[in-house]
Amino acid sequence: MTDKFISIEGIARRYPGAGGGTTTVFEDLWLSMARGEFGCVIGHSGCGKTTVLNILAGLDEPSEGAVIVDGQAIEGTSLDRAVIFQSHALLPWRTVLGNVAYAVSSKWRKWDGARVKAHAQKFIDLVGLTGSEHKRPSELSGGMKQRVGIARALSITPKIMLMDEPFSALDALTRGTLQDEVRRICLETGQTAFMITHDVDEAIYLADKIFLMTNGPGAVLAEIVENPLPKDRGRIDLHRHPYYYALRNHIIDFLVSRSKSFAATATGHDPRNVPTVRPGLPELAIASEAKPSTQTSWPGLSRPSTSS
Amino acid sequence: MTFSLRLRAAIVSVVLFAAFIGVWHLATRSAGPATNMSPEYAKLMGLTATQGKSAMPGPLDVGAKLWEHLRRPFYDNGPNDKGLGIQLAYSIGRVGLGYLIAVLVAIPLGFLVGMSPLISKALDPFIQVLKPISPLAWMPLALYTIKDSSISAIFVIFICSVWPMLLNTAFGVAGVRKEWINVARTLEVGTVRRAFTVILPAAAPTILTGMRISIGIAWLVIVAAEMLVGGTGIGYFVWNEWNNLSITNVIIAILLIGIVGMLLDQILARFTRMVTFPE
Ligand SMILES: Nc1ncnc2c1ncn2[C@@H]1O[C@H](COP(=O)(O)OP(=O)(O)OP(=O)(O)O)[C@@H](O)[C@H]1O
Ligand SMILES: [Mg+2]
Repeated sequence: MTDKFISIEGIARRYPGAGGGTTTVFEDLWLSMARGEFGCVIGHSGCGKTTVLNILAGLDEPSEGAVIVDGQAIEGTSLDRAVIFQSHALLPWRTVLGNVAYAVSSKWRKWDGARVKAHAQKFIDLVGLTGSEHKRPSELSGGMKQRVGIARALSITPKIMLMDEPFSALDALTRGTLQDEVRRICLETGQTAFMITHDVDEAIYLADKIFLMTNGPGAVLAEIVENPLPKDRGRIDLHRHPYYYALRNHIIDFLVSRSKSFAATATGHDPRNVPTVRPGLPELAIASEAKPSTQTSWPGLSRPSTSS
Repeated sequence: MTFSLRLRAAIVSVVLFAAFIGVWHLATRSAGPATNMSPEYAKLMGLTATQGKSAMPGPLDVGAKLWEHLRRPFYDNGPNDKGLGIQLAYSIGRVGLGYLIAVLVAIPLGFLVGMSPLISKALDPFIQVLKPISPLAWMPLALYTIKDSSISAIFVIFICSVWPMLLNTAFGVAGVRKEWINVARTLEVGTVRRAFTVILPAAAPTILTGMRISIGIAWLVIVAAEMLVGGTGIGYFVWNEWNNLSITNVIIAILLIGIVGMLLDQILARFTRMVTFPE
């Protein structure tokens, strides 16, 4: 972990609770990501995923701690960090082109109309919405709206993409297509991405690192799962990969049982050094955090899965 | 054979209108000459008593008079005899001016109230007290301080149309969806640009609804205000014709007040539709 492009350092978020006290959504949360990495956060509803993402975006402020991006503590929002909102958040009085152009002209204030339009058009074409430029959001399907949101986020060529359950409202087919698009774009442009999802397969397909959060209140980052699947994985034959089920079972086990019992059972959990797990070999798949030192050093698939 | 709902509704409307005119006609027609009346007394009482004719004009009288007015809407025979077009133009002019000033005050102020919780809380007691005051209660104060009846009427229009616009603007601005604001924030859009590119379009339907309520109230109030200040305007016309005991003209004025009010409302309704976008 030499390159910490994004570094969340001990953040906490508290809300004034009932009866004058405070409720802590999470505290002492440490997390880092390298440049070009794709991170997914998985955790149960209400554990504070959106809160983390909003703090990363600069839309919300942590009660304690700081977020460092590219060597600088963030202060408020930035055009370097684009957000794809869960509810697409398109401006209904603007057309598809108008919505993307709004972002483009916000980033490059001095550009003339023609240049803004040409640039916006490029990203509308990229997400496959050519021909729908002059439609208003109300005339689009859910998947098309989400694609406009993606085009808008990409059009400002951000350094980091922050996505809050971007595909959760979509049908399986559209979701698959958009996942492919997002993955292709991120790989092509070397984008650093941080995404919240409830879909384990989505995380396995897209993420390099999967962050598992325990249930709130007082949620903690329980472990970081490294994706052992090769970079050139395909969405269709994901499940044919020898490590797929080990990885999937590990995450599901966490969500089903360990996310609830984690606080009670985990002893000596150090929030600053969250264990990194790399599920793969059957016998090490679940009890892996016991020996994190050996896990992290595995060179991925170059090691035959039969040896031990 | 089934007709569309629109057509059926139109048929019912026409039938109702015809029935209304018919009943009106029957109720006001002459009941034949009265008997047993000394000629002097009959002369004194006029047609009402001698012919058994109601003082209430019938639809035919009103129609004939209306036609007369419509043929010469803009004549001017001195202070007490002007065409209906001129009188309506005076009223619409006053409403337009007072309303315009109210728009210029209420919308920026409403923006401020909607965007700043501090100003909202600070101004709230004033608004709460001033809002329920009948606009006509301001009239004596306006006449005393301004000393001009026409400007006083404009002031009264201003004061009655400012509140719905102010409150609706503040409500609309404060209620802009947070995610739209967040879009502007993540794009580092400045405050002024954000106000014009996100908050104004998002709050526009609510603001225009307030403007529509205001124009309705302003048109209600102008008639009463002009009755008080006199001189010109459709309200003055109604009062003047009542003093002339010309019920026909009063009925025509009532009809025109209704039609102009409807047109004003329709114009604002159209604007509201223009700025409303479904999500
Ligand atoms: N304004 C607020 N006041 C008090 N508590 C809040 C507020 N906003 C959020 N919370 C609490 O913070 C916690 C985390 O909320 P958050 O939206 O981050 O959850 P999440 O993990 O994104 O959930 P989901 O998967 O359902 O989106 C919740 O328990 C919620 O009750
Ligand atoms: Mg959430």
